[in-house]
Amino acid sequence: MIELLFFLFAAVALGSAINVLIQRHVLYSSLSLILLLTAISGLFILMQAEFLAVINVIVYAGAIMVLFVFVIMLLNLPADEDGVDRLRWLKLVGIPMGLFLLLMIARTVWRVEGVSATTDLAGTPQAIGASLFTDYLLPFELTSLLILIALMGAVVFAKKDL
Amino acid sequence: MIPLNWYLILGAALFLLGMLGFFLKRNVISLLLSVEIMLNAVNLTFVAFSSRNGQISGQIFVFFVLVVAAAEAAVGLALVIAMFRNRETLNVDRSNLLKW
Repeated sequence: MIELLFFLFAAVALGSAINVLIQRHVLYSSLSLILLLTAISGLFILMQAEFLAVINVIVYAGAIMVLFVFVIMLLNLPADEDGVDRLRWLKLVGIPMGLFLLLMIARTVWRVEGVSATTDLAGTPQAIGASLFTDYLLPFELTSLLILIALMGAVVFAKKDL
Repeated sequence: MIPLNWYLILGAALFLLGMLGFFLKRNVISLLLSVEIMLNAVNLTFVAFSSRNGQISGQIFVFFVLVVAAAEAAVGLALVIAMFRNRETLNVDRSNLLKW
């Protein structure tokens, strides 16, 4: 049963990732990415990382992707203007090389046999919060600085007279 | 039970798809979306190892990756808006002032 769910989520994740790449219009790509994010959340739940699954849907699919869709609609883009001709040989080389790299990684990873991915660790909000506010307190506080800087940078970059 | 290496291979496949998109697409927004795919593949690997080793640290790291992804999307999309306003195109090959 769990294996079936894994294959379902994995197929959805891979399918939507491929769909992100082959769509001509970025709006459809980003909508497909939202599907990928929900599939990843499902996989997180299979690994008992409940907090991250919820955060992934709320922050990623709910906030970041909405920002993407918002900007795409704001810019009112034409359908794709890929420089296809210049890139044809790049595709011919790149895709086999990528598959070869995947094959190499898979061959190495496959040696890790018979190890179950789940132990009794549950990524509940209590567990995450307890670790975040003791061992990782300084990095956690520094992220607020990072977000503040990103916020100011975004405002400055998007100003009319740059 | 699901073996660890299934998750690792899925993460590697997703990362490679994101990498292919990053190298082959020419639209800036497509490049940002490819980066998001790669970040998610890495998140999946982090959670798999965290869950395997019974340590919460990997999941904390995913939390930080989310923060960085949010900052990256905000700044990146602001740059996309600035680029579109100045050049009327999002094709990265057309923004070649720094190219010799």
